[in-house]
Amino acid sequence: MAVKFGSPEWVQALQEQLNTSQAYADAAKNWEGDFYFIVDPEGALTAPIYLYMDLWHGKCRAAFVAPDKSAKAPAFVMSGTYSKWKKVVSAQLDPLQALMTNQLKLKGNMTMVMKNVKAAQEIVKACTRIETEFEM
Amino acid sequence: MWFFNSPQIVFGEGALTHLAQIRGARAYIIADPQMTTFGFVERVRAQLAEANIETRVFDQVEAEPSLATVRHGAALLREFEPDWIVGLGGGSPIDAAKAMWALYERPDLAPDGISPLEYLGLGKKARLITISTTSGTGAEVTWGIVLTDPNEKRKLGVGSRETLATLAIVDPQFVMQMPPRLTADTGLDALTHAIEGYAANWHNDFADGLCLKAVDLVFNFLPRAYANGDDAEAREKMHNAAAIAGLGFINSMCTLAHAMGHALGGAFHVPHGRCVSLFLPYTMEFAANAGNYRYADLARFIGLVAPDEARATRNLIAAVRDLETQLGSNTSIASLGIARADFAAALETLCDHAENDTQIVAAPRQPDRAELRRLFECAFAGQPVTF
Ligand SMILES: [Zn+2]
Repeated sequence: MAVKFGSPEWVQALQEQLNTSQAYADAAKNWEGDFYFIVDPEGALTAPIYLYMDLWHGKCRAAFVAPDKSAKAPAFVMSGTYSKWKKVVSAQLDPLQALMTNQLKLKGNMTMVMKNVKAAQEIVKACTRIETEFEM
Repeated sequence: MWFFNSPQIVFGEGALTHLAQIRGARAYIIADPQMTTFGFVERVRAQLAEANIETRVFDQVEAEPSLATVRHGAALLREFEPDWIVGLGGGSPIDAAKAMWALYERPDLAPDGISPLEYLGLGKKARLITISTTSGTGAEVTWGIVLTDPNEKRKLGVGSRETLATLAIVDPQFVMQMPPRLTADTGLDALTHAIEGYAANWHNDFADGLCLKAVDLVFNFLPRAYANGDDAEAREKMHNAAAIAGLGFINSMCTLAHAMGHALGGAFHVPHGRCVSLFLPYTMEFAANAGNYRYADLARFIGLVAPDEARATRNLIAAVRDLETQLGSNTSIASLGIARADFAAALETLCDHAENDTQIVAAPRQPDRAELRRLFECAFAGQPVTF
């Protein structure tokens, strides 16, 4: 059944995808650092959505929609508008190209990022395996 | 949405004299010891002196520049406060110069954290000039930086679109004396850049033409430059080819042969061009086996006639192998003198490093862990890739 992008069900589906993906486990085995994936307001979306994911050595230990930004202070924050995320999640936009062209923004320890780029790709691949419904 | 980045490029005989025209107060020349021995540092200093630019030289960049060397160089820059940084040499001094420049301007940065994903704000204190003395890496025109972490025995591909030279000098005078082995290694690196840049998932209209032209130049002129180092035309064409291929791949992406080559080079200290070109035909086969036939365009462009794309692709792979053999280059890991036991002991680390190398992300076909292992195995034994 399709789940709405950015919903609690969606972020849980992503957690499941990651925790059952050998490719993600391999690619992210040295990854340390939790994330906010922030969907910035745009169009009908009037308030940001904060998707929290605790990513640790190839596993996703926790994933939920945070009520507001102050709920967590994650090591990494990746943000973009709804339409950019939609393109990335539906594999129409390469996530690294999106980051390199500032269509998505990333803050955090770049050394960790540069040594684990494949992990980022595997996260997006996991997103594309979720049957996602977009509201706009 | 994508970018095309390039320095101003001054190329051809006499290009170095353009340095006498630049404006500035102080330049720091970053080089390796051979640049001093060959008198290249003096040639550069002479031109800068004509421009009334005071110079200092750091000529201790090692063959695989380490994070520590970069930090040390950045400290020297902060003492002298240059407004120009001149990277002189092959890929190593030039890449080291890029990283030192970044840390000179941004002391808070870690050299292995120089990333294209954030704004660095470089260029407030100094700008970069690059002068290539080999014909291969394309480092003079790219913003990519390859550093080595000796603790992890790992090569790290970093860089930012901001770590790009303002001015690149592509003057063939610096490559006339390159020995045949270096000519082959570096020239095959340029070929790998052009082919990977063309086939990468990030290929684009702006980079394609550069890759096509570079492949053509390499096939035509690398055998000549290798066979007869005094062939001035071949030298100049190869020097241009390297810069053109550099522009081609940096505005697209290098792929799997570079990811695997970085891993092997980091573990066994094999020259960069030898490593990446060794893996090139295997990775092309791997991509072609899944129906990736962009290589066919390159085959056609260099005049390899075939009835269909699949066969054109196979022809290009065969032509790459023939060229490598003709240049006495290694076509298997075993032929590098790496023992089976040492290879087997390193295999998982090689896979780890290749898998998370920045160059893997735009590969036309992404191997999973098991496939990556098999690719390394094929390359070790010199067996064709059939999967
Ligand atoms: Zn290369």
